[in-house]
Amino acid sequence: MSATLVAEAPDQTQTGTLADVLPGVLGTTSDDTDKAYLVAADKILDALAYLRDKEGYDFLSSVTCVDYQGYNGKQRKGISERFDVVYHLYSTKKGGGHVVLHAPIPSNDTIASATSLFPGANLQEREVYDLYGIKFEGHPNLRRILLWDGFNGHPMRKDWKEAYFDEDSKPFRSRHPKGSYEFHEDKLPWGKNATYPAGWDPDTWQAPVAYVPVSQAPKHLGEAHLDTESIVVNLGPHHPSTHGVFRMLTRIEGETILALEPEMGYLHRNHEKIGERNTYLMNMPFTDRLDYLNSMSNNWGYALAVEKLTGIEVPERAEYIRVIMAEFTRFVNHTWSIGFILNDLGALQTPALYAIEEREMILDLFEEVSGARLMCNYLRFGGVVRDLTAGWLTKARYLANDRLPRALDELDRMLTDNEILMARGRGVGYLPAEDLISLSVSGPMIRAAGVAYDIRKAEPYGVYDRFDFEIPTLPHSDIYDRYYIRLLEARQSVRILQQALADIPGGETVGFGDYASATLSQGFGSIMGGKGGYNLRPPEGEAYARVESPKGELGFYIASDGKPNPWRYHVRSPCYINLNALGPMSVGYKLADAVVILGAIDIVLGEVDR
Amino acid sequence: MFGTGLLKGLGVTLKHTLETFADDRGKVPDRYRDSIELGQGRRIINQPIDQEGLLTIQYPEEKRQLPERFRYIPMLIWDSEKNEDRCTACGICAKVCPPQCIWIVRDSDANGKPVTRPAEFYIDAAVCMSCSFCVEFCPFDAIKMNHDYELAVFDRYPQLVYDMEELTVPLEYYAALWPEQYAVEQEKRAKDEEEKKAQDEAKAKAAAAKAAAAAAKPAAAPAASSGGAKLSRAEELKRKAQERAAAKAGGDGESVPSPAASAAAADGEVDAKKARMEELKRKAQERARQRKAEAGE
Repeated sequence: MSATLVAEAPDQTQTGTLADVLPGVLGTTSDDTDKAYLVAADKILDALAYLRDKEGYDFLSSVTCVDYQGYNGKQRKGISERFDVVYHLYSTKKGGGHVVLHAPIPSNDTIASATSLFPGANLQEREVYDLYGIKFEGHPNLRRILLWDGFNGHPMRKDWKEAYFDEDSKPFRSRHPKGSYEFHEDKLPWGKNATYPAGWDPDTWQAPVAYVPVSQAPKHLGEAHLDTESIVVNLGPHHPSTHGVFRMLTRIEGETILALEPEMGYLHRNHEKIGERNTYLMNMPFTDRLDYLNSMSNNWGYALAVEKLTGIEVPERAEYIRVIMAEFTRFVNHTWSIGFILNDLGALQTPALYAIEEREMILDLFEEVSGARLMCNYLRFGGVVRDLTAGWLTKARYLANDRLPRALDELDRMLTDNEILMARGRGVGYLPAEDLISLSVSGPMIRAAGVAYDIRKAEPYGVYDRFDFEIPTLPHSDIYDRYYIRLLEARQSVRILQQALADIPGGETVGFGDYASATLSQGFGSIMGGKGGYNLRPPEGEAYARVESPKGELGFYIASDGKPNPWRYHVRSPCYINLNALGPMSVGYKLADAVVILGAIDIVLGEVDR
Repeated sequence: MFGTGLLKGLGVTLKHTLETFADDRGKVPDRYRDSIELGQGRRIINQPIDQEGLLTIQYPEEKRQLPERFRYIPMLIWDSEKNEDRCTACGICAKVCPPQCIWIVRDSDANGKPVTRPAEFYIDAAVCMSCSFCVEFCPFDAIKMNHDYELAVFDRYPQLVYDMEELTVPLEYYAALWPEQYAVEQEKRAKDEEEKKAQDEAKAKAAAAKAAAAAAKPAAAPAASSGGAKLSRAEELKRKAQERAAAKAGGDGESVPSPAASAAAADGEVDAKKARMEELKRKAQERARQRKAEAGE
């Protein structure tokens, strides 16, 4: 695999030297947006350990895989391996950019599991195994996670086709005036077209007995010389405490949790495969549906990745609009999350309804500019789809300067000193900061453990470097702190909003690009206009961009082969990866606490299952 | 003291309750401040941003006033000034549609030649994700977002597969829903039209001058009218098409077909396509019937 490798010039940059000292390095990918190190698969653990221990890259942000079967670009010339497992590492101490490792997988589809070094690789490696069929040696619990046992094949592989396969990429020719269309109704995959794995019979199959890790012998002699037995209790999938369709398998003794295993995938729709068949533009409304409380942040993460890959500049006013939308979204998310932590604690509905009153006003504002309250689909590559409406800023300023601070004060008064909340929250769900980081947990969760790590400060994107705000941290890493940190962060959001709304260049409306329509000017931004503006073709390469979404680090990994459809589209979902910590956090606490511990992670199943 | 935090919280709840109660007992509760009364308890509510008190809207008696940019399901515009569909069946909306829920069949004239007009236009509303890309990229202002969100029906198929008749609305309807954007668009269209007219006039003038020059020449050649120019353009296109067909056939080592034969072949192709469409439609209906029968059993 020498063709793509660049001769290593010993330069002074840190990355330049890294290529020399990193164990097992084969070379770097040539002139890419995101330079990656190719590492031999059998040396991957050495390389990861080196990065963690010597270079301080303690945060394994993303583990994913790319299938290069049929890839025609220049990047893979001379490399015969079909799969690459891709690692993105960051440093929570130093901040700054990432190190990317590509490990080409040998033909037996096996690589060593990173879980021994980074326990946070657990769920992500299971996902790669599920969707790509890559086996991770040494993984403690390698089984399917998003799909069920009766699923035939690994759907993210390029040669996997779904039932009634249409075409590899959109737009489908059949929809065009000359094509012949079939109604979706006649393509539903239940019927004779379902396939099962070899030797697997749906009629004789029975759901396996619930797997629950046993950290203690199930039957043993209790303290009072009574025979006690731990039992398995299944929470969910249909239960309001699970915030959607999510299942927690717990092994409990008395009411104390011995082990907890999250089960998910009920809302899985193979978002990433859909993303590979879509054009770049088409993915934008699909990102709305990931974390459906925060469509604006999701849009931003995706737009950022494509802008990085393509090198698109965003006008200043659009950057400000993005910040305003993202911070409004964060406010919405955090008040929502506070309300539902209280809900999970048994304070049914009253705090939740008070907390989401202002959400109503903010969604009205979203609707006014974008046309939708939840699925905003407002951002585009190089800007936003249209300018603000007349009078919008006045209303937004009223909210940011008057109404939102008042609402937060009231929430604070109502809840923060509440003795019941303290009794239930203090000391529950504790996990030390280093454990959380090694479990790849991000967002308010680690800030409630005293780690001042926020991407808006550590690796600023957009115009966040212009605003004066702080990263609040709390020391205790328990349920109470996870509640309170959200209140503090919402206050910082309001602070950013006040500055952004005061400083936004251009005033009320700029007067051009007011409307998105091909006959008028198209989109408030730079590149989306003109004939065929919907057909964006980024240059070959890959990019990983991340935003501080209200739930944590939301990353989009995009690999392009220069065609209108992304070769690989991966979402590094904070909700999903934060669930790594659910089991370790819950062990030793009561069953009723597990519900709140989950609630304080703040998950949205649309993003967990993708 | 233990319990003060609790009492403080209860105080907030009490304040909320009393304020909401007082507001609700008022002559005009805050939530009805800017609303439009329709009688019999029905209202259209325009929620003010500084509204206090009860935020709940009693749907369906009370409905929200929707902002202009609200998007739900697309609609097709019938230009009532020109009495024609604005849609030219170019297919851009079908191309940009993320869930690929748009399906267009282009119309053809009596000779089977495709014309810039849709014969059929379907949107599967059950699949549509209301992203509004079709609207953003339509170069003819032919497709816009409707505000009608009450679409519930008992069966998905065929009720939620909207055909052209269900999708088409007159221009005035669009103008009423999207007044601001409509005004800007109309201005732009009028301007474009004027420019085009001026260009056409200039062209006509030039042609007339040319014709005059030609007539002035002693040669007996007939003056080239604009109609003649058009005809020659059509002929040129035809000739090119024939050349292409010939090149294709030449690749296969076959003889060049006569123009008449190729025209007939094209006609046949169109017929075959139409027949296939019919066949597909019939099949879909059959399947739907079958499904219904199965579901009934």
